[in-house]
Amino acid sequence: MLAIIDYKAGNLTSVVKALDALGVKDALVTARPEDVLAADRIILPGVGHFAATRLLAQTGLTEAVREAIADKKPFLGICVGMQWLFEGSTEAPEVPGLGALPGICDRFPSTVKSPHVGWNSLDISSNSRLLKNVPGNSFVYFTHSYRAPLSDASAASTEYGGTFAAAVERDNVMGVQFHPEKSGDAGLQMLRNFLSC
Amino acid sequence: MLTKRIIACLDVTDGRVVKGVRFEDLRDAGDPAELAARHAASGADEIVLLDITATHQGRGTLLETVRRAARQLFVPFTVGGGIRTAADAEAVFTAGADKVSINSAALSDPSLIGEIGKSFGAQAVIVAIDAKRDPSVTDAVTNAQVYINGGRTPANRKALDWAREAEDRGAGEILLTSMDSDGTRDGFDCELTAMISRAVQIPVIASGGAGNAEHFADVFLRGAADAALAASIFHFGIADVRALKQEVARAGIPMRLPC
Repeated sequence: MLAIIDYKAGNLTSVVKALDALGVKDALVTARPEDVLAADRIILPGVGHFAATRLLAQTGLTEAVREAIADKKPFLGICVGMQWLFEGSTEAPEVPGLGALPGICDRFPSTVKSPHVGWNSLDISSNSRLLKNVPGNSFVYFTHSYRAPLSDASAASTEYGGTFAAAVERDNVMGVQFHPEKSGDAGLQMLRNFLSC
Repeated sequence: MLTKRIIACLDVTDGRVVKGVRFEDLRDAGDPAELAARHAASGADEIVLLDITATHQGRGTLLETVRRAARQLFVPFTVGGGIRTAADAEAVFTAGADKVSINSAALSDPSLIGEIGKSFGAQAVIVAIDAKRDPSVTDAVTNAQVYINGGRTPANRKALDWAREAEDRGAGEILLTSMDSDGTRDGFDCELTAMISRAVQIPVIASGGAGNAEHFADVFLRGAADAALAASIFHFGIADVRALKQEVARAGIPMRLPC
């Protein structure tokens, strides 16, 4: 079973629909830690404010995810779901992230329009399983005001008011700042890759 | 590099795409789901579906249309027209929209912007502004006025002020339609677009007047638009999205290509 974690941060329809189009029959939208523990793989979507991730700790989902990750289950965070993998975000300094990846997410500088909305290109930097067979300069769809720092876990970077982490991957822990479910063929390829991890 | 977006807009009534000039002389342009998929396949960066009748009895038909169109659409999908409450917005999101576009309802109750944003994120709320230059004053552009109800009623607001307020209230983007240019195919109102785009930090989508690739290049360069929207030139095969993007790219504008 594929668990899609619902923590009341935006609209999950698009993610569910894309998985459906890829033939996934066992996706379960859930807010229950026991479903996360029972799942084979986990997606944490999320749009909106980093503070929404507070609910994850309050409902026991953070611990369930921590355990699932330790069990080597493939995990994909999307947008705020990826940012949550880091130590935190200046958007909600009082809410800690999972801390699986180093660094703090921060706002775009005022030299560029914010939010960063639209199709931007990926600079694919590593031998990533998630980005396998995704052409080097693919465009993907972003919509966000905060971005994650580069680290040795960066699988792809994007340029906008500086360079930031567009995709991360460390073993079974993966994340994308953009929306693969809204990024045409390149995005669908990534979801396919995730499903075969 | 962040590319400029070309958005294909489908004006829908009773489950069919229609196109006329200034909402008159409507001609049938096809099935919304089919056209949305076709535009996405030919390189449109986003699809907007606008319910132009937005009657109460038409809502059910609209939601079914949104559901059908969204099923195989893997680019951003916006739905507008007749969204008056957060519940209306939620129904459209549940049917598969990624963003909603709100217009008259936001003007009569600006708190709606924040209310929808709270549940679905600011990125999901586009505030649509129909603006018309005010020829009675010397600075007709700066004083451009907002109109509601499909452009029939003056809202007694300056477009500039309303755009700023919409941003402050948490709009994710602004969809700016120039009523002076709409339907003319003579080009976007670049001065109006530039004024609004430079006054806010959020992306501005220019609309009204698209006729050819040069118009798009112009509104990105002179108009400082982040995206540009067109309807009729795509529906009747006047322009193919991919060919148009290639031409715009030749003018030095970053485009998502190949697409």
